[in-house]
Amino acid sequence: MLRRCLLGLSLGVMLSWGGASCWAQDPVTASPAGEAATTPAAPAAPVVPDYFTGTNLDPKAPKWPDAGGGAAGYWTTPSAGPVGDGDPKAMTPDKLYDRIAHNTFSINMVWVMICGFLVMFMQAGFAMVEAGLGRSKNAAHTITMNLMIYPLGCLAFWVYGFAIGWGNWFNGPVAPGWYSSLGPGTSILNSGIGLGETAPGSGVFAYGLMGTKGFFLNGMDDVSVMALFFFMMVFMDTTATIPTGSMCERWSWKNFCLYGLWVALPYCLYANWVWGGGWLANLGTTMGLGHGVVDFAGSAVVHSMGGAIALAGAIVIGPRIGKFVDGKPQAMPGHHVPMVVIGTFILAFGWFGFNPGSTLSGTDLRISVVVVNTMLAGITGAIATMCWMMAKGFKPDPSMICNGMLAGLVAITCPCAFVDSWAAVVIGGVAGVLVVESVFFWERRGIDDPVGAISVHGVNGSWGVISLGIFANGKYGMGWNNVVRAKYDANGAEDGVLTDGVSGLINGDVSQLWAQLIAVAVVWVFGFSMAYIWFKLSDLITPLRVSREVELEGLDGPEMGALAYPDFQTSHRSH
Amino acid sequence: MKKIEAIIRHFKLEDVKTALTKIGVVGMTVTEVKGFGRQKGHKEQYRGAEYTVDFLPKTKLEIVVGEEQVQAAIDAIVAGARTGQIGDGKIFVSSLENVVRIRTGEAGSGAI
Repeated sequence: MLRRCLLGLSLGVMLSWGGASCWAQDPVTASPAGEAATTPAAPAAPVVPDYFTGTNLDPKAPKWPDAGGGAAGYWTTPSAGPVGDGDPKAMTPDKLYDRIAHNTFSINMVWVMICGFLVMFMQAGFAMVEAGLGRSKNAAHTITMNLMIYPLGCLAFWVYGFAIGWGNWFNGPVAPGWYSSLGPGTSILNSGIGLGETAPGSGVFAYGLMGTKGFFLNGMDDVSVMALFFFMMVFMDTTATIPTGSMCERWSWKNFCLYGLWVALPYCLYANWVWGGGWLANLGTTMGLGHGVVDFAGSAVVHSMGGAIALAGAIVIGPRIGKFVDGKPQAMPGHHVPMVVIGTFILAFGWFGFNPGSTLSGTDLRISVVVVNTMLAGITGAIATMCWMMAKGFKPDPSMICNGMLAGLVAITCPCAFVDSWAAVVIGGVAGVLVVESVFFWERRGIDDPVGAISVHGVNGSWGVISLGIFANGKYGMGWNNVVRAKYDANGAEDGVLTDGVSGLINGDVSQLWAQLIAVAVVWVFGFSMAYIWFKLSDLITPLRVSREVELEGLDGPEMGALAYPDFQTSHRSH
Repeated sequence: MKKIEAIIRHFKLEDVKTALTKIGVVGMTVTEVKGFGRQKGHKEQYRGAEYTVDFLPKTKLEIVVGEEQVQAAIDAIVAGARTGQIGDGKIFVSSLENVVRIRTGEAGSGAI
């Protein structure tokens, strides 16, 4: 009886509330793309909240039901009184759309969060791979670098990185009819610096250079922005930790700490150009090069950038004592191969967050294609490395096979959503051969990279970016980076459905390959020179390299004050 | 009394121990050691680069026996440790002045 009264009361309040719902927006004309996608054959078009159509909003104050995330109470229970949806029988179309939108955003956000957790855990994989490939006298130092790059890099990302990279995200080039998969709240990321502003005060640049919104996450009180921040932060962590591999066993701790606070600068600038609405993403609209630079999960942004910094660091810091005798590279075996292998497994597992999570959307069902391609390239990378080593007359070196699996994963990171599975196999296979040749190449050049970071991430990241320009099959990425081309859109003119997906050489689009090559050239020139200057400069502040005595003794004691294995007698070779 | 030191392969330790126990040797000390003899180390590969392992890991076994047991002990070690390949190891026999059992203070062959 009491329950019935309450229900009646809530129903009454609902009705009296009427159309004055606290968040339902005035109806707006749906954009053509939105209409084609959402309107059924029903005669009367329902009232669509404007944030749902992609027309959006006053960007300064995006109105959507759950910006602060505090509405959980009445959004999760269907009939929770006047502020919720009310009785299902009283559900009006606008409320229904609110609920559909909220559920979509919820699925996307949960997906991005979980994938981000996996990516964060990749740090453990890096820590194990790098520590295992180093010698036991430096193990505590190497693994602690991998630990501390996470807090140092994250702090810098919060202070200035996110703002530079994603501060103008919402004004970046996007497909027609697009709305942010994480919720309309990302529209507050709307201010940046660039050239060729399309309309005065619009903040939309043809050649965007950097974002300026969100330093210290100031004024970013929105759940969508928080999700984006988290996901992008853990990605940067991957880049930041790559140079700790190429420079391990001789990098002084203080200089490393400075680096940890600096690395967000080159990373976020380049990320802005490709992912944050910058000039590389716009190459499609400004110069007619394919869909602009397309880098799905970061072969260039994350891995090539990390590899370029790792190369500059390895050159400036110089090889480890004893690595080259009369110019001939000497073997300096890693001290813990099982640790390297388990670290590789953790990385391969984390990649299942890295790549499919980069849809930023759990409702984008392309994620299963991404996962399969990621898996295939990783396994063929390992197989190709093993076979190539044996074909060259070597044994199937475990550390090299680990490099091979990672090389395949790095390479597929860029094209994972855009290629067929056979192409993923080819891309991974080429990566597996390339990583072996690359390791030997840098060694012959006198560059000491104890873990193969330059080869795995730098070289194969670039191969991945280029491979998209070759193998993209045109089945995904319609309207990517705001590129809509009748030439490649077989039936676009008639039915309004975009079929102009991202296409590479095999699909007849040469211009995409040019865009990809430009991305590779820019990441190496920009990343390498920024890092080279930084390591030279920071060396003046505090020495880049430890003293000869410290290096010979091992960095664990002198630098960290703690040995990795105090209970064991470890053997030191003379160097 | 004689002290017998034998450098043997790791995986032969169990065989040698069994053989020695059978002839009545009641105690032994085992150490992990590294070294080389005429075998002169061997070559390994790491990431495509060849390197020489000069000091090979071996096991050093030390036992102390009375004069009458020396030849039997040597035979037992040889029987247990031999593979016929280079790197089987060596046995060193030396005279021993005294042995003292710490718990009781006994000395000489009675303390073995």
